[in-house]
Amino acid sequence: MTDPAQPTGAAAAPVLSVQGLCVSVRTDAGLVPLVSDISFDLARGETLAIAGESGSGKSITSLAIMGLLPPPAVRVTGGEIRLGDTVLTTLPESRMRGLRGDRIAMIFQEPMTSLNPVMTVGAQLVEAIRAHAPLSRRAAQAEALAALTAVRLSEPARRMGQYPHELSGGMRQRVMIAMALALKPDVLIADEPTTALDVTVQREVLDLLRDLQRTHGTAILLITHDMGVVAEMADRVIVMRRGMVQEMGQVRQIFAAPKAAYTRDLLAAVPRMGQGGDAVPRSTAPVVAQLTDVQVRYDLRGGVLNRVTHRVHAVEGVSFDIRAGETFSLVGESGCGKSTIARAMVGLTPHQGTIRIADQAVGTMTAQSRKSLSAVAQIVFQDPMAALDPRMTVGDQIAEPLLIHGQGNRATRRARAADLMDRVGLTAAQLDNYPHEFSGGQRQRICIARALALTPKLIVADESVSALDVSVQARVLDLLRALKDEFAIAMLFISHDMAVVENISDRVGVMHLGQIVEIGSRAQIFGNPQHPYTRRLMAAVPVADPAAVRPVIPRMAGNSPNPVHKVGAVVPRHRLVAVADGHLVAQAG
Amino acid sequence: MTAMTATRVTDGVWRRLRRRPLALIGMALVATIVLAALLAPWIAPYDPFEQHFDGLTLYGEPLPPGGAFLLGTDLLGRDLFSRLLYGARTSLIIGVVANGAALLIGTVIGLTAGFFQGWIGTVLMRFTDLMMAFPALLLAICLAAVLQPSLWIVAFVIAMVNWVQTARVIYTETTALAARDFIAAQRTLGAGTGRILFRHILPHLVPMIIVWGTLGISTTVLLEATLSYLGVGVQPPMPSWGNIIFENQTYFQSAPWLVFWPGLAIVVLALAFNLVGDALRDVLDPALRGSD
Repeated sequence: MTDPAQPTGAAAAPVLSVQGLCVSVRTDAGLVPLVSDISFDLARGETLAIAGESGSGKSITSLAIMGLLPPPAVRVTGGEIRLGDTVLTTLPESRMRGLRGDRIAMIFQEPMTSLNPVMTVGAQLVEAIRAHAPLSRRAAQAEALAALTAVRLSEPARRMGQYPHELSGGMRQRVMIAMALALKPDVLIADEPTTALDVTVQREVLDLLRDLQRTHGTAILLITHDMGVVAEMADRVIVMRRGMVQEMGQVRQIFAAPKAAYTRDLLAAVPRMGQGGDAVPRSTAPVVAQLTDVQVRYDLRGGVLNRVTHRVHAVEGVSFDIRAGETFSLVGESGCGKSTIARAMVGLTPHQGTIRIADQAVGTMTAQSRKSLSAVAQIVFQDPMAALDPRMTVGDQIAEPLLIHGQGNRATRRARAADLMDRVGLTAAQLDNYPHEFSGGQRQRICIARALALTPKLIVADESVSALDVSVQARVLDLLRALKDEFAIAMLFISHDMAVVENISDRVGVMHLGQIVEIGSRAQIFGNPQHPYTRRLMAAVPVADPAAVRPVIPRMAGNSPNPVHKVGAVVPRHRLVAVADGHLVAQAG
Repeated sequence: MTAMTATRVTDGVWRRLRRRPLALIGMALVATIVLAALLAPWIAPYDPFEQHFDGLTLYGEPLPPGGAFLLGTDLLGRDLFSRLLYGARTSLIIGVVANGAALLIGTVIGLTAGFFQGWIGTVLMRFTDLMMAFPALLLAICLAAVLQPSLWIVAFVIAMVNWVQTARVIYTETTALAARDFIAAQRTLGAGTGRILFRHILPHLVPMIIVWGTLGISTTVLLEATLSYLGVGVQPPMPSWGNIIFENQTYFQSAPWLVFWPGLAIVVLALAFNLVGDALRDVLDPALRGSD
């Protein structure tokens, strides 16, 4: 079992030891186990990943170790957690509080909710440090500054005086890491530390965690759903499902020869880069959606007179077209304008320039034109729970577009809803259920069924699979692909996930700060990326293979960091130059 | 379609309500009070306006509970129990009609302002703020003084004063709802404003309206009492629970029952509606279906 990649072997006494841990929730029906009989040891300097999909009990395990299970319903019902010589499971809360932060620290998925919005970063760090160490304010401040420097935050002295909202997501997560590591804990629990971050930022944060671990010898317990992150970070892996350990072992062994059937399924479902298939000739089907020089700007008001002083150029001069039966994807990081385009195409956001869908101009949003647009263009949102009315049965919601458009009678509408449910892999018997009675993947199927009800010519999928577990994601992608082929629907697929995009697209556009920097067929973009930003995006994607060599990310140069411009300022447009048939790349200048 | 869904959402509401003991208690209390108000002429032992000669002691003090007068007599020698029965009519009308009207006005204004925003929203909400800043009691007194006081005028005045909080709360909730994805989804399905408002936003506001409605009953009954006390409410000798308290409050130390019984009646009325409202809110929520 010894692996050369793991210098600190099991010879040393484990820092953290969990034996036979069981966590249960008390319900009306008695105790329901959330985690059953999980055991592991964590050695100094080691990274142990707990991987699993939602509901697997991975986060509950980490909360149990921190003693942060939500009382009184959820509690530890068996087993023992040891931190060095201290048994945490029987430790009173007063003493547990002293250990938290000092010897075990935790970082969460969403740094904005973990930081206090009305305290400066420096003040929060100083408070955290002084809570555990008898330092003077001045000494604690020096310590805090050192911690911020250690997490490679730019201008650490200035950051001390800033508030969390003034920092970007990646900077906030660095602050959280600085706070967690300032006291040099023995164990750091990182619960989905990079899930809310853009892929290039994720890479930087993961690198940082690894470096800090090397210097301090901290043991890291990494909770994640992302097998790519597991492969990059972990020494050992525990795969969990429904509260039970499916498999446990060295990372290379798990990825190379998974023993449990579930692990195999999980790894098979992970979308990987380089599996896009061969180049296909450009479709000659009729154009369904055509965008010409589309701009979307938001006004920012300021000054004494509350005049418009700046504008966010969310989308700037974007042009592309999508043909029937074709999937066009827009990729880019958060804030690049890809979702704004999606919303503009279904008439949810006003725009300038022309968008034509099925020979119909999107723009003048009268009730009548909105209605006729809805018959040809539909959108599937990211979060299906939010996109469905929680107080209406799914049958009524799927039939509702037909009702709005006055198609059929009650019986035929219901029959059509039943038919659509069947088509997306659900049953007609579930028509009278409410959205909360379905799982996340099923809800997204319901949204897809609703979008299909009017047999649209274009479906806009705005991060439609991003909130789903990988195994569910793979099946929803298959469904989308099958439906698109069956009905010859044109699809605009919006995603930040390069691997998913490579799997589903025919053509791809890469967006950066509101403009397309590279556009071409899937084979052209993924096989021969030309623009530095495209390359950087691809290099940053975590590869679900522990043996893979991670390329160094090239830094972007000469790009303005945000799309906010003064009123009247001329925004430099990228000039797209063809490097091959249908493959256009932005030229600098 | 609407009818079909309506039957489905309300399907089994009565069955589910019946399984909740607190809801049953609340409904029993409401039914008792309503019956008492309706049947007052038949069950009241005395005429509520008659000043009994033997209703006062030799020193002119009201009689304590027990004896010929079940709950005692008031300072004019009238039977308190009979007055409470008749007073239930007034208080119920105020509690249900005035409060209902206030809820309706508040909901319409809050919903319109929250959904349409823009200048119409600004105008409506600034007007609401103005009303909120203006002392409600002063406004009620002015209105009641201009208009001849009667039961219905009092109900109208209370409605004019009490819609403000509802409007504020409904406004906030509507703005939050209107920004959610399922409303955007409705727009992309081609749904018109009416459909979005009445089929997708209003149903989500129902629990809040129920809660405000039940809470409002006690405040309206008390506001009516205050107005009556100030002489601009329900005019004596017509009894209401509020004016019984205020008529007799000077005797609080020597004849506490005169304040205790009508006070208890108001508390029971408010509590009963609260219990029913709470249960109704839970029962109408599909997410809680089957959890009881």
